[in-house]
This record gives sequence, structure tokens and C-alpha cells, in this order.
Amino acid sequence: MKHEITLKVNNDTYSLAIDPWRTLNDVLREDLNLTGTKLGCGSGDCGACTVIVDGRSISSCLTLAVEMDQKKIMTIEGLAPSGEELHPIQESFVEKGAIQCGFCTPGMELSAYNLLSQNPHPSEKEIRESLSGNLCRCTGYNKIVEAIAESADKMKPKKKKGRKK
Amino acid sequence: MTLSRFDLFSPERLDEAVALLKEKGKDTFVMAGGTDLLIKRRHQVIHPRTIVSLKKISGLNRISFRSGKGLTIGATALLGDVARHRTVLRIYPAIAKAAGNTANVQIRNMGTVVGNLCNASPAADNAPALLAMNAALNIVGPQGKRVLPLEDFFLGPGFTALQPAEIVTSVFVPMPLSGSGATYLHLSARGRIDCSAASTGVALTLKGPRIDKLRIFIGACGPTPLRMPKTEKILINQKLTKTLAVRAGLQASKESKPISDVRANEDYRSKMVAVLVRRAILEANKLARDNK
Ligand SMILES: Cc1cc2nc3c(=O)[nH]c(=O)nc-3n(C[C@H](O)[C@H](O)[C@H](O)COP(=O)(O)OP(=O)(O)OC[C@H]3O[C@@H](n4cnc5c(N)ncnc54)[C@H](O)[C@@H]3O)c2cc1C
Ligand code: FES
Ligand code: FES
Repeated sequence: MKHEITLKVNNDTYSLAIDPWRTLNDVLREDLNLTGTKLGCGSGDCGACTVIVDGRSISSCLTLAVEMDQKKIMTIEGLAPSGEELHPIQESFVEKGAIQCGFCTPGMELSAYNLLSQNPHPSEKEIRESLSGNLCRCTGYNKIVEAIAESADKMKPKKKKGRKK
Repeated sequence: MTLSRFDLFSPERLDEAVALLKEKGKDTFVMAGGTDLLIKRRHQVIHPRTIVSLKKISGLNRISFRSGKGLTIGATALLGDVARHRTVLRIYPAIAKAAGNTANVQIRNMGTVVGNLCNASPAADNAPALLAMNAALNIVGPQGKRVLPLEDFFLGPGFTALQPAEIVTSVFVPMPLSGSGATYLHLSARGRIDCSAASTGVALTLKGPRIDKLRIFIGACGPTPLRMPKTEKILINQKLTKTLAVRAGLQASKESKPISDVRANEDYRSKMVAVLVRRAILEANKLARDNK
């Protein structure tokens, strides 16, 4: 039996009737046409399917869509909401050459987003640990780690300059 | 063959969940995070017709601590939340470490400690430390509630002492005594992200300089996590020295029953058990001394 659910994806609200065995990954890609979220292994190993749900990164390939009813979901399409200006994480990935084929990139960037929202000043070790659930076959990771470190610097809350007059 | 299609129920009360499990019978599964269950379906190891999700049952995700009593980790408490929990980090560091070393970031944001136990993999990362610390499971089923020592829970790979329609509601860990220490150590081929090739949980209590109480468990080296009684016997009532720790490690290696599989071969596992047990005992002993 299909379930009537409401998904809140990147500030858009969708009402859908969904079979219980379909994953969030299926529904994002096939029903909502949000194909920035990739499907790699389908078994939790590669992180290509990473999305943010209620502020935390999860694997959409192992998540039943029906269980996401009423939850706030962010996909890679929501990282740069204007669609023109890139998010600082995306900017750094481009600048540092952290993207080759690009298949892992949406997942990598959302894992970076997950890390930086909990820990704005991560060490290199913490950055590497935060990518434990994301595989990349192209870059060798170093550029990705550098890009995340750079975006952390960019996103640092600006120190208030002394305004004493 | 196509993957099984199932009905999904998300009851808000435990008794409803138990009733559903009983009513639906065969090919009905409980689901917490689904990180094991949905993969077993995908690999067609199971063919669920009905899945009963525990996530909407209120209070089941609680992690609570009562001084003098102990720690209760609810069935839907996430691995990531247990790993980061302040009290767990302070009073039960071995348990926080085991949870934080399970899988990867995303899976820890989905999977649960209790699900890790119920899945009953011999390599379950959360089992050895909880076993060493004498944890017990709170279980509810058609016959009502019961408490089962975790030590009596694992029967074989994927098999537990759960009866049909029973649900584990939480795992309880007694408050560690003063003068006690517990450790979890594990090894895996790809650092911390894949399942352990060998692991150990050790908990001990000192009386003066001597080991008064001791529990040693090994993971991933037999059909279930295994207790090491002969190894414990070498150590009990003794003052720990490096030489004694080495001897205990070698005994544990004899006592464990490793197999060869994709993660490691038998020979490597036996050798690593000796190393892990030696280190874990020394570490637990040090923690116990500092905790007086
Ligand atoms: C990429 C990846 C990496 C992994 N790495 C590790 C690792 O390093 N170490 C490790 O130990 N595990 C690992 N796992 C396995 C898995 O993530 C863990 O075992 C996890 O803790 C399972 O919890 P869950 O809530 O997702 O369980 P579920 O999948 O929901 O359930 C697991 C099983 O237990 C049963 N069950 C669950 N909860 C209850 C309950 N309350 N009462 C009765 N039965 C119940 C279910 O019916 C099912 O059979 C990994 C998995 C993936 C996908
Ligand atoms: S596709 Fe989900 S983790 Fe690989
Ligand atoms: S850029 Fe190709 S997989 Fe990472």
C-alpha cells in the first residue's frame, strides 16, 4: 500500500504517494528529478548518495522514503540556493581542483557541510575522519581535504572589527 | 528475482509494535536504523513482507544515566549520539569508543547500538565492551517484559535468544565501581570504517593492587563474541605485570576460535588476539588505578 507523505526538500514541499520499499534516493532522483544526489553502491559504503536530514548526513540509498515524512531534507541542489552563486564549500572544491569526474562530489560536499556545521574549525585529521563514509576513485582525497580546510577558513564567522570611535 | 516488497508500519506504542509482530508472523522484521536490515534484503538474505519500524515510538531513543544505577541506551538511540554523549564519554568511555568506531559518519547517523547487537554479527563492534561491562537487555514481547544478560543473548551468527515478536527496548550497563576500568580495542583492514577483523572488550576491578573482578570478551573470532574464562583465571587475584599481560594474551589467542574470511585469515587473527588482549588488559588496569 502506498503511503501519503510530505517531503520538505531544499525549502520546497512535495506531497507524494510512495511505495514503502522505495528509498529516499529513488524518490529524489526519479520522482523529484533531483539527480544531483547520486547512486553508487546502494549499500552504505560509498557516500555518493549522501543528503542532510534534520541537520545530519545520511545515506539516502539505505533510507526508506516513507520514513522521511515531514523531515527537512537538503540535497546538493540546496547547497547553493540561488543557483548562481556557489556555496563557499563548492567554490573551494572548484578552486582547489577537488573535482575530477565529479561523481563523488555532491556527497563529499554534503559531508563537508555536515562537518562544518558541527565543527567550524576542524583539524586535518577531523576532516579526514569526516569523510570516512565517502569514497573517491579519482582525486586521491588530498585536494578534497584541502578544499574543505579552505572553505572552513572562508566560512569562519568574521571577527568583529573594533568599531570604537 | 526482484527484491521483496513489503508493508511498512510505524507504530507509536510498543504494545502495538509487539501486536503487529505477532499478528504478521513469518517474514516480519523489526527495524531500527535499517542499516543491516535493508542490506540483508538487498542481498536477498531475507525477504521481508512486513517491516515494523521502531522510530516513532516515543522515548525509545533516550540515553539516560542514573548515578549509582547505570546507563540505559534506548533501542533507537543512534550510534553517533551514543559516541558523542557527554556522560557516556566520561563514565563509559569504552562504550562511546565502540559506538564511535562503528561504520562511518552517515551510518552512525542512522544505525543504532541496539540494532548492532540484535543483528548478532560475530564482529559487532558494540558487543565486546558491553559484554565486558556486564550489560543486560530489556526486552518486551507477547508475554510481557524480561531482562536478559547480554552474555546469554548471542547464539550464533545472526541468531539471538529473542523469541518471536520480542523487541529489545534498551541495553542497560551497570555503573562502573570505583577502582574499575574498561577498554575496547579493535583492528580492521581499512582503519575504522569496515567491520572488525578482531576486537576485544575488557573490564576489570582492582582490590588494592590486585585484579579482583575481570571479564574479557573477544569479537570477530568465533560464531559469537566469546568470553575467555581461562585467560581471566590467569589474571584473577594477581597484580598485573607486563609479563603476565603477555601470557594472558597468548592464552586468549589459544582460547579464541578464529576463522579465515575476507577480512583476515585465521593465523593473523590468532596473533592479533594476543596483541589486542595484552594491550586492553594493560589499558584497563591503568584506567582502574586512575579511577580510585
Ligand atoms: C557501510 C556500513 C558499514 C558498517 N560498518 C560496521 C562496523 O564497522 N561495525 C559494525 O559492528 N557494524 C557495521 N555495520 C553494520 C550496521 O551499521 C550496524 O550493525 C548498526 O548498528 C545496525 O543498527 P540498525 O539500527 O541500523 O539496525 P537494523 O538494520 O534496523 O536492524 C538490525 C537487525 O536487528 C533487528 N533489530 C533491530 N533493532 C531491534 C530491536 N530493538 N529489537 C529486536 N530486533 C531488532 C532487525 O530486525 C535486524 O535483523 C555497517 C553497515 C554499513 C552499511
Ligand atoms: S549509494 Fe548510498 S552509500 Fe553508496
Ligand atoms: S572525483 Fe571522481 S570519484 Fe571523486
